[in-house]
Amino acid sequence: MRIPLSWLRDYVDVTLPADELAERLTRSGLEVDAVEKLGVADSELPWDPTLVLVCNILEVTQHPNADRLVLAEVEYGPGLVHTVVTGAPNLYQYKGLGRLNHPLKSVFAKEGAVLYDGHVEGKVKVKLKGKPVRGVMSDAMLCSEKELGISEEHEGIMILPDDAPTGTPLVDYLGDVVIDIDVLPNMARTLSMVGMAREIAALTGQTVRLPDPQVTPSGADINSIAKVTIEATALCPRFTATMVKNVTIKPSPFWMQRRLTMAGMRPINNIVDISNYVMLELGTPNHTFDADCVANNHIVVRTAKTGEQLTTLDGRTHQLNDGHLLVCDTAQALSVAGVMGGESSEVSERTRNVLVEAAVWEPTIIRRMSTAFKLRSEASKRFERGVDPEMLDLSQRRLTQLLSDYADGHVVTGMIDVRSQPKREVVIALSTHEVKRILGLTFTRDQVAELLAPLGFVCTPHDVDTLHVAVPSYRGDVSHTADLCEEVARMYGYDNLPSTIMADELPVQRTNLTREREHFTRDILTGAGLNEAITYSLTSREAAAKLDPAELEADHYLRLANPLSPEREFMRRSILPTLLESANVNIRERGVTRLFEIGRVYHPRPDAILPNEPLRAAVVLAGPRVPASWQSSTPESMDFFDVKGAIECLVERLRIADVTYAPSTVPYLQPGRAADVMVRHGKELVTIGHFGELHPDARERFGLPAVRIGVAELDLHTMLELASVPRYQSISRYPATTQDLAMIAPVSVSAEQIEKSIRKYSGNALSNVEIFDVYTGAQVGEGMRSIAYRITLRASDRTLSDDEVSKIRAKIIRGVEFDTGAKIRS
Amino acid sequence: MSIIDQLAHIEQDALSTLPTISSVEALAEWKSSYLGKQGAIAKLSRELGTLPADQRPAAGQRFNAVRGTLESALSERETVINSAAQNDAFTREAVDVTLPGRPTVVGRLHPSTRVLRMIDGIFAEMGFQVWESPEVETDTLNFELLNIPADHPARDMWDTFYIDTPAGAEKVLLRTHTSPGQIHAMRAHAPNPVRVILPGKCYRYEQVTTRHEMMFHQVEGIAVGQNITFSDLKGTLIGFAERLYGSGTKTRFRPSYFPFTEPSVELDVECFLCKGDGCRVCKHTGWLEISGAGMVHPDVLRNGGYDPAIHSGFAFGMGPERITMLRHGIDDIRWFFSGDERFLEQFV
Ligand SMILES: [Zn+2]
Repeated sequence: MRIPLSWLRDYVDVTLPADELAERLTRSGLEVDAVEKLGVADSELPWDPTLVLVCNILEVTQHPNADRLVLAEVEYGPGLVHTVVTGAPNLYQYKGLGRLNHPLKSVFAKEGAVLYDGHVEGKVKVKLKGKPVRGVMSDAMLCSEKELGISEEHEGIMILPDDAPTGTPLVDYLGDVVIDIDVLPNMARTLSMVGMAREIAALTGQTVRLPDPQVTPSGADINSIAKVTIEATALCPRFTATMVKNVTIKPSPFWMQRRLTMAGMRPINNIVDISNYVMLELGTPNHTFDADCVANNHIVVRTAKTGEQLTTLDGRTHQLNDGHLLVCDTAQALSVAGVMGGESSEVSERTRNVLVEAAVWEPTIIRRMSTAFKLRSEASKRFERGVDPEMLDLSQRRLTQLLSDYADGHVVTGMIDVRSQPKREVVIALSTHEVKRILGLTFTRDQVAELLAPLGFVCTPHDVDTLHVAVPSYRGDVSHTADLCEEVARMYGYDNLPSTIMADELPVQRTNLTREREHFTRDILTGAGLNEAITYSLTSREAAAKLDPAELEADHYLRLANPLSPEREFMRRSILPTLLESANVNIRERGVTRLFEIGRVYHPRPDAILPNEPLRAAVVLAGPRVPASWQSSTPESMDFFDVKGAIECLVERLRIADVTYAPSTVPYLQPGRAADVMVRHGKELVTIGHFGELHPDARERFGLPAVRIGVAELDLHTMLELASVPRYQSISRYPATTQDLAMIAPVSVSAEQIEKSIRKYSGNALSNVEIFDVYTGAQVGEGMRSIAYRITLRASDRTLSDDEVSKIRAKIIRGVEFDTGAKIRS
Repeated sequence: MSIIDQLAHIEQDALSTLPTISSVEALAEWKSSYLGKQGAIAKLSRELGTLPADQRPAAGQRFNAVRGTLESALSERETVINSAAQNDAFTREAVDVTLPGRPTVVGRLHPSTRVLRMIDGIFAEMGFQVWESPEVETDTLNFELLNIPADHPARDMWDTFYIDTPAGAEKVLLRTHTSPGQIHAMRAHAPNPVRVILPGKCYRYEQVTTRHEMMFHQVEGIAVGQNITFSDLKGTLIGFAERLYGSGTKTRFRPSYFPFTEPSVELDVECFLCKGDGCRVCKHTGWLEISGAGMVHPDVLRNGGYDPAIHSGFAFGMGPERITMLRHGIDDIRWFFSGDERFLEQFV
């Protein structure tokens, strides 16, 4: 809402400088977006009151030496006349007419005035300096709107209305400040100059002056000429109509055009401008019909019949149904109620008589229709927030007065006024106890009344600490005691209320174990050298299909009804596709990526309207394991075992027992370098994720370079459920002994099988098993592999004897061979 | 030449050659040639028996004295030589300390995670626990129960992604704020007091620009009990602002509007970049908006299972990305969800 202060001052004295007023409004809930200053002293381009003046152009003559220039004789005060050289095309028509019978008003700038350069793009300030132009001295000018910073217009000089006072500083005539306020949905009352004036009056201790238009009606009462019937009583609480005859359609007066422009509306003609002017002044949108196009002068407010059509002012034809509300005559629909007029009864050049509608509508029907028809307007914005029904009388008086004064019309006596609902009377009982309970500060009953009264609330003492507060008709937003508490706080000043530490009972404190472990997981993975990414939950099936082509046709996705773009149309079922897209950028930019993400994925359920949102963890690793440095210029690249290392680290630190790994066949992993992660959950062995190297085909679909890309995606929710608290293991004081065993077995025998077997036969003395070498090649023969284990043995209560150790060693060798067929390498 | 004279000659000879010795090996040779079992002194001492018996004790003492002198001279020389050898080694092993160290590989948390943890921590101290709720919600939970009925102009405050559901089914959407969690948390606690914060991802149907994302995090908090006032809301938020931006941070409470709170408030803190003078970041107001809040609306309390005549409470919300952007001077929100490590590695 744009508020020109010059307009606002009609209704309230503005006692604060503009910037202070803006701050006061912001602190009172009317957030000021901008304070725009035009021509005034602290604006971007102040119009010097001694140098930029309103002037008369007395005569226009041809420049002696230039075809495209004229000389204008200008009067800028009693006896002050000056000749100005100008190329303004809008003066050509006055050339050679001699002394003008009807002098033109314009803006005169003297030497020394600072203005914007009209000939260059943007706003470049220049100081006016005298110089000869084609042999004629030019030391002053007539200004275009662009040169004054009023608009971008530079086609000709600015022409002012005839009543502009010659010699007056332009800043006094047109200088202004516009306060632009971001009006919140509950502040409908401030969507007008009068509404804003009420608020400012309450905040600054001033009184409001409502306009008091005087009209001189004539002829028979409108109630005997025309009729209004409200059929849709629930949707139209009040409808009023007046009539103005013999209007002349022409431009509206300059001052009105100026005010509308400053408030952000485009002037059209006097009828439209008057309608908009009253909407902005009083907050009551209204509509003018060509009265001669209203059949039988009978207005009917009703819902549409299915199949009915209406062509609106913008030329569009709408198909209607019984969810739409219309203003009709007895023959046809005339307008979409409160939203837009119809073509058939539009006021045009031929219009002579005008029927003026001022009504209020049920807000939700207006919003439904303006949304459905995509017709958001200044009118619908006000109606859907709520218009004061008691403002209609004054609005009609104002409308008819302006139509009489500026459209030369004759106002018909009287007003049709149909109320389908009684006047809204809201009285709220408010106790000082309630104010204290909500705000935390004790006010007396009379203090509360004093704070509320300036806002128009009528407070009547009911008992010693209770008021009966009558809500004014323009405060449709107030219906609870809580609303009144807000008004008390607002008037008292939020910043003046105390700040306290909650004294209320502290609720039972419970640890959110899952969240703690989720954070712990992030710490583990960053500790393992991975960066945390957060990628979009929204993706496309095409992106998911890069991982697995089967996803392209899949219907197990949550799909948006209104996606912003096809790339973000589906809720992800897996983190990897979006994480791989990020990894691609990193690999291309830096040749390396080490990312993880912890987040939800979304799995629709057939038996419920809301999906499951399981928590996942995903990892992508590619590129050198450590950064290249002067010590190692070609570090090794990461692969399968780097991803596995990260997973083992996670499993170990979360203390998840019984995790096993097995070859995987998931389609997006390279066969042979792919693993399933399994864990014992109750009695079942469940797969909690997969990892490995990205399949070359998938890699190609993502457009990734041909390097090994280690990936993993794990069901973190289950992992966190299985996480446990570490149990302390006692540390032996006796020395350990190590035994190295190289076992040869077919490649098909897994390292894990052999290790399991070693553990089985080592007994209590086993402290650790690690693999220190893996060999395949000529020395062990085709299809065979040697794995060297270092076994650490240690007893908790004694030093193991050589004899004991060699017995254990022999037992392990026999046992492993029995279990797996692996033989000791000699 | 007498034995004693010979001994004096050996001593002089030994002491004069010692300073010329500079290696450990030559020193060992010197030691064996004078002090060894086959050394000059040992050889000469074998001739002690040829001396008259009365001269032997004095000569013996003289031998011991010379041995002592040479041994202590040896140990002095040894120290000098060792320390020179060590110095040589130091010189050989010296490095250019300006060469870069061996790279360590450390990962970083996402900056939003960092800030979320800070927020969690500050509110945990005030007794707020973390409560999580779904990101995909019903229209009822996201709007209706929060006092935002269909066809209400306040709906314009939240541009919403809807899930494609069959006609006639309940509307499902991506939550536009973490506020539906308020209802979940209240219903789980009512009529007992509740004090929780609700962090999580939210979504808005909004063109992505440098300042607006379609996905973002929000942390919402709610406290409901039988004795909670607007002044408590102020105290809680001031406490938070001072913990986040330093004690003594100036705050400003402005009336605002949210359908689910009444009275509603917007909390501003003094712009810490320009100290209130006005700059580009604070849009020349000197203030930064950090939280929307208010007293829980009576209708919302009722929807959460409380009696608004007995219970009261407050709620507040804030955006970790915005706090992060201000904290680190990030001018483009689109980096947050890019997964670009050039961005991620700029934070701790
Ligand atoms: Zn600033």
